Amino acid sequence: MNMLAPQSTFVEAAASRPLVRIVIVGHVDHGKSTLIGRLLHETGSLPDGKLDTLKAVSARRGMPFEWSFLLDALQTERDQGITLDTSQIRFRTRTRDIVLIDAPGHAEFLRNMITGASQADAALLLIDAAEGVRDQTRRHGYLLHLLGIRQVAVVINKMDRVGFDQGRFHAIEAEIVGHLAGFGLTPTAVIPISARNGDGVASVTPPIAWHAGPTVLDVLDRFSAAKPATDLALRIPVQAVYKFDERRIVAGRIEAGRVSVGDEVVVMPRGTRARISSIEAWPVPNESQAPRAASAGQSVGLVFDEDIFVDRGDLIAATAAPAAAAQRLRARVFWLHETPLAVGAALTVRVGMAESRGTVALIDNAVDPGQLSASGDGRINQNSVGEIEIALAKPIAADLYADSPRTGRLVLELSGRIAGGGLVLSLETAATPARDAAPSLAALEALAQRLNAELRTLPPAGRIRRFREAVEGRIVFTTSFGLEDQAIAHLVAETGVDVEVATLDAGRLFPQTYEVWAATEQRYGLRVRAFYPDHDDLEALVAKQGINGFYDSKDARAACCHVRKVAPLNRALAGARGWIVGLRADQSAFRGEGGIVSVDAERGALKLSPLFDWTREKVAAFAGAHNVPINSLHAQGFASIGCAPCTRAISPGEPERAGRWWWEQEGKSECGLHARLR
Amino acid sequence: MDRLDELEAQSIFILREAFARLKHIALLWSLGKDSNVMIWLARKAFFGRVPFPAMHVDTGKKFPEMYAFRDRYAKEWNLDLIVEQCPPIDSVDPTLPPAARSAARKTEGLKLALAKHGFDGLIAGIRRDEEPTRAKERVFSPRGVEGAWDVRDQPPEFWDHFNASPPAGAHLRIHPILHWTEADIWAYTKREGIPIIPLYLARNGKRYRSLGDADITFPVASDAATIDDILAELDATKVPERAGRAMDHESEDAFERLRTAGYL
Repeated sequence: MNMLAPQSTFVEAAASRPLVRIVIVGHVDHGKSTLIGRLLHETGSLPDGKLDTLKAVSARRGMPFEWSFLLDALQTERDQGITLDTSQIRFRTRTRDIVLIDAPGHAEFLRNMITGASQADAALLLIDAAEGVRDQTRRHGYLLHLLGIRQVAVVINKMDRVGFDQGRFHAIEAEIVGHLAGFGLTPTAVIPISARNGDGVASVTPPIAWHAGPTVLDVLDRFSAAKPATDLALRIPVQAVYKFDERRIVAGRIEAGRVSVGDEVVVMPRGTRARISSIEAWPVPNESQAPRAASAGQSVGLVFDEDIFVDRGDLIAATAAPAAAAQRLRARVFWLHETPLAVGAALTVRVGMAESRGTVALIDNAVDPGQLSASGDGRINQNSVGEIEIALAKPIAADLYADSPRTGRLVLELSGRIAGGGLVLSLETAATPARDAAPSLAALEALAQRLNAELRTLPPAGRIRRFREAVEGRIVFTTSFGLEDQAIAHLVAETGVDVEVATLDAGRLFPQTYEVWAATEQRYGLRVRAFYPDHDDLEALVAKQGINGFYDSKDARAACCHVRKVAPLNRALAGARGWIVGLRADQSAFRGEGGIVSVDAERGALKLSPLFDWTREKVAAFAGAHNVPINSLHAQGFASIGCAPCTRAISPGEPERAGRWWWEQEGKSECGLHARLR
Repeated sequence: MDRLDELEAQSIFILREAFARLKHIALLWSLGKDSNVMIWLARKAFFGRVPFPAMHVDTGKKFPEMYAFRDRYAKEWNLDLIVEQCPPIDSVDPTLPPAARSAARKTEGLKLALAKHGFDGLIAGIRRDEEPTRAKERVFSPRGVEGAWDVRDQPPEFWDHFNASPPAGAHLRIHPILHWTEADIWAYTKREGIPIIPLYLARNGKRYRSLGDADITFPVASDAATIDDILAELDATKVPERAGRAMDHESEDAFERLRTAGYL
């Protein structure tokens, strides 16, 4: 046991030493393990005899001793000489307790590098003097920036391999300083070292006498721990509301600012206001010791003076500087999933404790930060970065990264697994549209009102033409090849307007539907763009509820509709400003509430129902007169046709949509495309 | 906030995330210093009560002091205590060496308890500084259907966002004190006045540093009769003490690895 080793004079007393977490990154084989081994030795952190034992073993085996053997001897999960996952090693310098986070240098393990680096206060970026700046050097540098790490020292290693050449050092220094400056990062220091020989690690040795300092240990002693953002406006993401007793305690960690009993706060995204009546804690021996104030970094429990609605995902904010209720986010993101991120991708977006489904509406500047040029195919590949705009299914509270970093960054989840993250560059609320973004809700409503008045007197073809003129941006016509949709397909083809035709292939459609789909493409010479369910989501759904589980409960049915229809629709409509559908007012009471043109507030789009005021008979007559291909099931008593297991024929006199999810006793017979199921 | 305040705030945050995002969780209570701190943190997080079961997977071979501690504090702390017995040692592969056989028995006990209760999350008191492989752990760590940890395919975890959707049949291990050290545990135990099993304190020049089964746990030479003494003892070591211990018994493995890398 080494626990009773004599007291070292190297360190100061424990209480006065700050704890600093430092990640060590860089290209694979540029010497991270060697530097760590050397640092452990130079700081006297190795157990007695460890070094001698390893040296003896190496000598016995006729191998030159390598400092990296030390790390190998400390780690069990090593393979092919590369660190698979982040590890952590603790040691002490003169003035600091250091947690050294050893991040893998191999590109394949970038997710592990990010996991490790995200915990760090500062970083050492290691470069091999012989190899120079490589792709992982650049990639890691950029990711340090995206992770918000501002203290970075560049360590140029293996100077012995280039004869301690000062010119070589300065060339690499210029290249890496230029690269880091590209995203506003200035290194704390650039240090020439030979980790193997010890030059530059603890002291400036004769071979690098031209270096004015500092050494690696000097910079470790200068790095400071990140401080909680107590000076920013108050932000407390709500983790939960507890009602264990008569108190209703709102629990969360203060990410920024301070809060005191009596303060008025605003709960976003709804904007409800309330006052803090108490800050709860346990154990509290008596009332006079109950906390009156708290600040960033603390996990707290708050009680409000009024019984306002608060739930997990809400953000408690300062009334003077509230967070936004974001409907759409623009973010600079890194992407770690093997499936490239593309426009139309449906993801879960998390900001603080808030989460929403979101659809990628736009991708800009996709680039592999390891390479020097852009990828150019409009997708963000694994381990690459880019800027995205993401339309959220519901508003969530968020900040700009520049205003409040901890509530201004987001995490992207694909199929329940974290797949990327990024910084919020700009955002859009329903009330305040960003530049070049969707029109405001008020503007949409005004336009809808105007168009409704205008279109009432026009025939359906005229309505489609006028809609095309009035809406700026993409318009998508979604068809399920029912009678109305077929009439609209005919009109779209006839008018020749620039409208995309899309369908949602849920995978459970009638064979007759596929027949009329093919017939439609042939008749009008167009290709209908099909959107399919996400395979991960669908596989999970079927695993959970079985292949026909939708008959079991309304929730199960809604879950099925969501995966098979609503999510694909969201992708079909991502970024669209106009949406054409086959709704008619007399289909159901619910559908009669809309108009020829209505506003889809969630998507920031206008919805046109060109046949809104037509009857079914009128549509049928139109189709017959123009020889429009129609689904043969209509002749067998099917009125509204959806997925095969969930649609049956109706009897004369039954409501038109009575054949949809007929076994459900109540509800609106909607899958959620036109009304969100709650 | 001092260092202990920061550690506490982070652990409370993690415990609240586990409770909010998973449906059916339990806290693994080994009765040792680490899991006692964890229960204390849970009581802080949830204002005096632990809103999920504390589960002791019992080998039946603990020290008498440990059973006394469990029975007393389960009551005093108002815990929803679940005690699950490990299967008899006869049911575990007899070809395994003794220590591995003992470990396999505990793993089996845990598997049986998981199957019986259907937990989707288990809160465990491991720390990164204990052992090198634990340094690689995530805070929310997915386990396979068989309970296995796939260190090669751990999901990314950053900015305190956790992967909380275990696949069907699998579960998550949640590690609220992963970022603590042994010295942190003792300093916090002292500050908060958390009760401890007296075996941790030196008697006749020996004390236990960690408590497991009575037949395979041995005391170390020490004169640390108070928590302050223990802290001074830990501060005097040049190496974080658990890492030092791991190194000692990993040396042979390190040489194995030198060999497989082609040195022989």
